[in-house]
Amino acid sequence: MKTTDLVRTAFANTFRSKLRTTLTVLALFIGAFTLTITTALGAGVSDYVTKQVASLGANDVFLISRASTTTATDSGPQKYDPATSSPGTGTSNPLTGSAGALTDADITTLHNIQGLRDVAPISTVAIDWIEQAGGGKYQFTIAPTSSIAQSDLAAGSQLDSSSSDFQVVLPEDYVEPLGLGNTADAVGATATLGFTDVAGGTHTVTATVVGVSNTSLLNAGAGANSALVDAVAEQQKAGSAAPNRYQVAVAHFPTDASADDIAQLKNDIAAAGMSAQTIEDQLGTVQTIITGITGVLNAFAIIALLAAAFGIVNTLLMSVQERTREIGLMKAMGMGSGRIFALFSLEAIVIGFLGSALGIVVAIAVGLPLNEALASGPLSGLSGLDLLLFQPSGLIGVIALIVVIAFLAGTLPARRAARKNPIDALRYE
Amino acid sequence: MLEARNLTKWYGKGEGRFQALDDVTMQVRRGESIAIVGKSGSGKSTLMHLLALLDEPDGGSVLVEGNEASGLHAKAVNELRNRRFGFVFQQFFLTASTSVLDNVTLPLKIAGVPARERRVRGLAALKKFGLEDKAKNRASDLSGGQKQRVVLTRALVGEPDVIFADEPTGNLDSATGRVVEEELFELNRARGITLVIVTHDEDLAARCDRQIQVRDGRIVDSSEVAA
Ligand SMILES: Nc1ncnc2c1ncn2[C@@H]1O[C@H](COP(=O)(O)OP(=O)(O)OP(=O)(O)O)[C@@H](O)[C@H]1O
Ligand SMILES: [Mg+2]
Repeated sequence: MKTTDLVRTAFANTFRSKLRTTLTVLALFIGAFTLTITTALGAGVSDYVTKQVASLGANDVFLISRASTTTATDSGPQKYDPATSSPGTGTSNPLTGSAGALTDADITTLHNIQGLRDVAPISTVAIDWIEQAGGGKYQFTIAPTSSIAQSDLAAGSQLDSSSSDFQVVLPEDYVEPLGLGNTADAVGATATLGFTDVAGGTHTVTATVVGVSNTSLLNAGAGANSALVDAVAEQQKAGSAAPNRYQVAVAHFPTDASADDIAQLKNDIAAAGMSAQTIEDQLGTVQTIITGITGVLNAFAIIALLAAAFGIVNTLLMSVQERTREIGLMKAMGMGSGRIFALFSLEAIVIGFLGSALGIVVAIAVGLPLNEALASGPLSGLSGLDLLLFQPSGLIGVIALIVVIAFLAGTLPARRAARKNPIDALRYE
Repeated sequence: MLEARNLTKWYGKGEGRFQALDDVTMQVRRGESIAIVGKSGSGKSTLMHLLALLDEPDGGSVLVEGNEASGLHAKAVNELRNRRFGFVFQQFFLTASTSVLDNVTLPLKIAGVPARERRVRGLAALKKFGLEDKAKNRASDLSGGQKQRVVLTRALVGEPDVIFADEPTGNLDSATGRVVEEELFELNRARGITLVIVTHDEDLAARCDRQIQVRDGRIVDSSEVAA
């Protein structure tokens, strides 16, 4: 029998007992549907995270902070040394860890590590409010690393770290309350920032809005360029002689650094009592959680598919039993065992294909509107997020997996069919 | 063209072992019609199956044009059955849910004949038996006589050299049986197709060139009938 005929016959045979085929296909459908949705979910989230990382434009940056405090729990208080001791950051709890702050000495150490350049401490500045001429005052936060990262812009341009002008990038949701019209109008406007120094004195500073950023997972808060941050930090110290403390420092590594180079640099930094993370490391946590969740969901889908696989075995065994005479006849007429095996395997594959194709089509039909609804509803705060991303490779993968499972399930009945002796089959009542 | 030498065939195992054929030697010559007759359970079908290479003997051998069948590859045996043998079994063995045409062209499909040619040849063969208007019907919708003619058409469509027919008239009323009988002998006369017919029907057996009488697995009489 020619292969095209074999395929056609397999298709036709599959539809001969419609109810049985439908039920088996339905079982596969459930697995395929779940698997499609979960892979789309995983793809959607990791695509979003990747895009966010790319938009930060800080792929060659370490965020360096103090490693866990040097205060060991069993050795009592340690002696204070202004040069090396780092103060704790107050309460230590599982969320913040007990990391200390960096001192100027640490920054010098970092400067001396081979391979790091542009080491810069990040001053944390606390802004009390922002106001635009005539409008009300609104609470305002500047993301500490905003001066080194790129924002996901809705309008305007990125911060210029070499400029001596004071620049801010406003989150999109500030535009309207501040009375700036739409996002495009906001660019170029000036705003006043108010803050308090350590001694309780109040100050204001005026900055130009150079860009408006999309609200996103990673852009918590507004951005300010180094000139502005440094100026505010200086004034907040209010001339006090307290040693400088920094939550984090940033350092650039060569853009062409390999994974090994990066690991080596991290080791060097760790040896100096600090820990370094790339932006990817930080996002890795998010991704690990998502991968974990989709993994569990996938496991459920696979269990559904395994159950469905037994359905296929059962369906085809019944079919082989019912068609014993037909098989005997075909063998008597010279059809080889290999072709009989192929015919029944193909029937399994057809069932697998139907189930997976149906599952995918329905998953997409349900998923796309759901995406729209989520994006305009509960997830509207995360612009650019397609929670379900249906990638061709993922869809093909689902079909391939299910077809392979179906084929494996079909081998047992197919072997049975192929082994039938034509005479026994023809005598069978 | 076919030869059986000292064939023995056992069924079952151990205590319940049963010898269905015992030292059977016979020949089938090209173009002749041969009837295998005997009581029910005497081993007629078993002998026919061995001659048609559908089963393997426990002793002795079957020769096809002088070559031992046991020395042939499974593939060669399949090809032989597909191209040169046509079968009419004791039951119809039609696939009920598919069309008459599909049933008839099954041997061609197995042979790998393209779909279009299958259709043409299948319709032509059906036409010979006046069944072309039934080509699209489901096989289960035919009468018994029509089914038997469909089965014959299926046996013929591949233009075989030998037709093995096991009780071709067994399921039919005598009038329809007569028609099928006529058709078989017509094929034998007009195209020189060799007939190996297993039958209870004495009239049918009498029309064959030769009769082989089987009793309890042995050939007891082999008579030449003056044609
Ligand atoms: N698979 C089998 N297992 C055991 N015994 C078998 C088997 N097939 C056939 N037999 C026995 O072998 C003997 C010969 O069977 P066979 O079918 O050749 O008889 P037959 O002459 O064709 O009879 P009928 O005219 O009724 O068709 C019978 O006694 C039958 O019971
Ligand atoms: Mg019989």
